[in-house]
Amino acid sequence: MSGNQESSKAMELHTPMLNELETGPWPSFFSDLKEYSKKKPVVAQLLNQLEESYENKWNYWLGKVLNAPGYGGGIIARVSELAHKYPGLANFHTVRVIEPPGWVYSTEALRNLADTAERNGAGILQFHGMSGDVLLLGFDDAGSLQCVEDLMNDGWDIGGSGAAMRTLQCCVGQARCEMACYDTMKTTKHITDTFIHYLHRPEFVYKFKFKLSGCGNDCANSMLRSDMPIIGTWRGPMQVDQEKVAEFIDEKGMEYLIDNVLTRCPTRCLSVKGKTLVVDNDDCVRCMHCINVMHHALKPGPDRGVTILVGGHRTLKIGDTMSSVLVPFMKLETDEDLEELTNFIERVWEFWNDNGMDHERIGEFIARVGMGTFLKGVGLEPDPRMIRQPRTTSYIKFEELAPPRFEGELKKDPPVWNREVEAVETA
Amino acid sequence: MSDKPLAPRDQGAPDYTKYLHPLMAKNYGEWQSHDRLRPGVLVHTAKNGDKLYSVRAGSPRTMSADTVRKICDIADKYCQGFLRFTSRSNVEFLVGDKNDLDNLIRVVEQDLGWPLGGTGPSVSNVSHTQGWLHCNLPGSDAAGSVKALMDDLIEEFRNETLPNRVHISSSCCQINCASHGDISVIVQHHHPPRINHANMQICELPKVVAICPAAAIRPAIVNGYESVEVVHEKCMYCGACHGQCPSMEIRDSETDTLSIWVGGKVSNARSAPTFMKLAVWGLPNNPPRWPEVSDAIRRILNAYKEGGKPWERVGEWIDRIGWQRFFEKTGFPFTRYHIDDGPEALSNLNRSAMVRL
Repeated sequence: MSGNQESSKAMELHTPMLNELETGPWPSFFSDLKEYSKKKPVVAQLLNQLEESYENKWNYWLGKVLNAPGYGGGIIARVSELAHKYPGLANFHTVRVIEPPGWVYSTEALRNLADTAERNGAGILQFHGMSGDVLLLGFDDAGSLQCVEDLMNDGWDIGGSGAAMRTLQCCVGQARCEMACYDTMKTTKHITDTFIHYLHRPEFVYKFKFKLSGCGNDCANSMLRSDMPIIGTWRGPMQVDQEKVAEFIDEKGMEYLIDNVLTRCPTRCLSVKGKTLVVDNDDCVRCMHCINVMHHALKPGPDRGVTILVGGHRTLKIGDTMSSVLVPFMKLETDEDLEELTNFIERVWEFWNDNGMDHERIGEFIARVGMGTFLKGVGLEPDPRMIRQPRTTSYIKFEELAPPRFEGELKKDPPVWNREVEAVETA
Repeated sequence: MSDKPLAPRDQGAPDYTKYLHPLMAKNYGEWQSHDRLRPGVLVHTAKNGDKLYSVRAGSPRTMSADTVRKICDIADKYCQGFLRFTSRSNVEFLVGDKNDLDNLIRVVEQDLGWPLGGTGPSVSNVSHTQGWLHCNLPGSDAAGSVKALMDDLIEEFRNETLPNRVHISSSCCQINCASHGDISVIVQHHHPPRINHANMQICELPKVVAICPAAAIRPAIVNGYESVEVVHEKCMYCGACHGQCPSMEIRDSETDTLSIWVGGKVSNARSAPTFMKLAVWGLPNNPPRWPEVSDAIRRILNAYKEGGKPWERVGEWIDRIGWQRFFEKTGFPFTRYHIDDGPEALSNLNRSAMVRL
């Protein structure tokens, strides 16, 4: 089927440097691919080119554009500069596949991916890429398109690339974790499916990533690595099983409790009376530490939902931006809740895409226009839980207090000092 | 080709409910607690008493189709045909019957050859990027350097003897797709891009100009070509332009180096999430095994293991002991390049009279 196979004559491996990666106890991708190259000759070409990279500390891949008809992303096209030596690498593309939320698989599904990768290309798979996708490597142009077609027929869909909503990723959530405060898998599928158009056809000013974690431990790495982290949390008191607290103290000792739980609480909201744990729930910031340490005794409270944050991304171009709170709490249980979430996402996207500059991530956009402007743009009221502290800069443009001439027409009444300031309601 | 024509189908995310282990499906949202039986083996207990065992093994992330089938054979035999992966490319074999654990562990360790671990206070698998294997921008490799590094750290993966978990990431250029970690490796370039003026027609010049975070790129006619020029004093060698335009080559096999960063954290536990900070720079990009990187990471881990208190992540440990002692304990030189001159420059100074003397 694949041109790769036609143009890949058996080639002897010449990999003295890569052979060094066969030593040592950690599983070696090189040993695996070397063995596999006996079955798939084009893999030998790949390894020989990689050897040249190791020898010359140089890279031989260039990008190009290839899309499946009707899609604007999902195929990461690579062409080799050394195609004259390694004809099988002349076109050697990656196909991104949307992973099952939580990275759960049946062997039937995994075998299907392996067969599809092998049948249409070089048969190399990666679990997973840094955006969460499954990566299938080594397809020529025709092989890529056939691979996509086969994936579609078997119920898969291809992942995002470019200035689009990117493939989502989430933690294992309620499928296997007692700490998950909402259904991360269901929400991931819901957002993916609702906005699949935006994933497949890049039309944003730049990429937009969601990552979903069931609690503040953030196993999906959302805080620093996504434009919109959705993190599970709860309202009201956490659940404490005082019998298990006493058991914990009996087993580990009071000193352990003090050193590793009470004094490690970021807001000092825990204390102990005898063998009873006292929690000042008003001060609890849902960091998860005490629950992590005493997970048999402590649980998130029963009134659960999510905190939605915004703006995280890595250093290009204005330096790292950390996500910050956008919606302090939102229920996420019913279909109506999910619809409210997707409506909210659309509002955020609309303001960002209408006003963002080319190649401007939403965190960079907020840094440029200011969070105050951003909140106004997306229709959110300011909330003190969005900030670490109020501003320390005293140069402020108060719209309510600005002299009327700033509005265009000169108006004398009412005088500036008599005008009513719009009170800001906080939740 | 198949009979159906190629057409967009927008099928969305796979139906995960088909891929849940029966005990996961049965107890979805009904889990009660978890315990670690030994490094690499977790047991989750549902409210009804059901127990699901997860055997976590470090994978090389990049696998042949045959290796994927080997994993499937194991999961078919011991896991009722279900497994999952973690965000750090570990595979988790899911087992309902405790009696299957010993056999499964033996097969994973001996036949598949993958180590058990990555749970609790250990070094988990390294999240990494594509490198020379398949990226168009890398200054170094990823899968190979991670293999060499984990050979060195495998005992820290197999055992839970650190103060808290350590997430390591390894990126092959400054875009840093592997992102933050407790310990992070990235490539650094040391001079402005070399421009192939004769080949600039393949790039959108306004985009090239606009993407520069230092505003160092401006349009120019060079040798009759419509091209750009780079103001060297402004350029900070980030390579943003190279990602936009392959004719602006930022990499240099002679001069590129690696640097190691510490104290990145995404979890909200105890302290708020933090960015990673520069620990040591100027390490050679030294394939095939990058021994200098392994040595430096080992030094950080040893100091952390010795001085960290239980539950302190690397960054929290350094926050407590102070950066002066971090540099003393690791032996890395503290230089003027460690002092920030980026967007966080002033807030990263010690703006107090609190000094350890």
